[in-house]
Amino acid sequence: MRVLASGLAVFFAGAVLTLAAADDDQTGRAMEQIQKYRQMLQDGNPADLLEMRGEQLWVTPRGPSRATLEQCDFGLGTGKLEGADAQLPRYFADTDQVQDVESRLVTCMMRLQGLTREEATASWYLPDSDLAALVTFIAAKSKGMPIRVPTAHRKEARMHAIGRELFFRRSGPLDFACATCHSQDGRRIRLQELPNFLDRKDAQASMVTWPAYRVSEGTVWTLEHRVTDCFRQMRWPQPEYLSDAIVALEVYLRKQADGAIMDAPGIKR
Amino acid sequence: MRLSANAIVFVLVSASSVAAADKAAVSNTEATMRRSFSTAMPDDWKARLKQDEVQALCSQYRNNPPPKITARILASQQRTLRYPPGGKMIGDWREGEKLASIGTGGQLSAIRPEVPGAPRGGNCYACHTLASSEVAAGNLGPSLTGFGKMRGTSPDAVKRTYEQIFNVQAFYPCSMMPRFGHNGWLTPEQIADAVAFLLDPQSPVNK
Repeated sequence: MRVLASGLAVFFAGAVLTLAAADDDQTGRAMEQIQKYRQMLQDGNPADLLEMRGEQLWVTPRGPSRATLEQCDFGLGTGKLEGADAQLPRYFADTDQVQDVESRLVTCMMRLQGLTREEATASWYLPDSDLAALVTFIAAKSKGMPIRVPTAHRKEARMHAIGRELFFRRSGPLDFACATCHSQDGRRIRLQELPNFLDRKDAQASMVTWPAYRVSEGTVWTLEHRVTDCFRQMRWPQPEYLSDAIVALEVYLRKQADGAIMDAPGIKR
Repeated sequence: MRLSANAIVFVLVSASSVAAADKAAVSNTEATMRRSFSTAMPDDWKARLKQDEVQALCSQYRNNPPPKITARILASQQRTLRYPPGGKMIGDWREGEKLASIGTGGQLSAIRPEVPGAPRGGNCYACHTLASSEVAAGNLGPSLTGFGKMRGTSPDAVKRTYEQIFNVQAFYPCSMMPRFGHNGWLTPEQIADAVAFLLDPQSPVNK
């Protein structure tokens, strides 16, 4: 936690110094206050509570099969969680698709526990949902490990290429793409700093701390939730939960952060 | 006020050196987009996912199109310019100031529905500094503080400012800025108010 706090302090101090040079004193001072606020946030993360609930859900028998999730395979073998999140999304032969952690959890809820897709996914976006809790628990099991999203399989490579195209794809009444806001250094919307996902350091700093407790939401958001919300902000329609468009973007973003050391759950604005 | 070729090139150089998209990847992407959204969506929602020619070209060339494409976009976007009935292109700076601060409107989300009747604005402060008294301003676009001081309110200056807000790509193909008028996001009258916010000597932008 302390290492992360000092790392973040350096990262944001750098960003503040860059911006202060270009902006007037008032904006510079406002950005400094925000940086102080962010440093204070590091002292105790409410996501830890949700992580504990995820751990409970992992071992709780549920559904018509009265089974736990402990046999779920995230790509490293049955029930193997250490390092699993760091190598997602990836291809799974049993479903013949590239899946992210949420998609894989739903597969296991359906196949191991006998839940319907509707039962498993209905409340995915609600604060402190079961899926958010489980994603938080699983992500924490990759702490200290490097992000390494595989692209060797034909379908993985394809999803990566699609994710890259989607990142640059402009549409909608404001002509927005992800790249509109996330392809240049040192940019911000109002006073909210924007990571440049074409820059390795920015991509890494952003990706290692998803899922994250979002202070503005009072709950943990998964990466899928955050990317879905970007679609709203770009004035695009809402994509289907677990759809390929979202997973492809996750593949691209996590690949941009390749090698970065995971430190989730994080805490963000 | 014609732009020099150099100015166009300067504006168009993107931060990245990513190569242009290949056709197979684009085709796969369109298919992925089609199946990632509910077929039960209303038609006006679906329309937001369809790219017009400019959006498709700018996406393909990563907002850095080659000269022939640049010329094509310039010509086609110049033809889209529409003006307020009566021709008054500079309106009320107080209304323009309101538009500059409003960031709501036009959101389509079932899990986080927008407040019904949320006003629509230009959200100029998201990307630009304007009045120096407003500290919470973004920097995706250039600073517009003092914009009117440098340009005055001659008919030429008013027309050019109006046109650039109506359709920025009539001057800067593949600019990141939304084509507020052409896309129907703001009405010609609202754009005239934004012009006043930028050019009126009484506007806080110029104080």
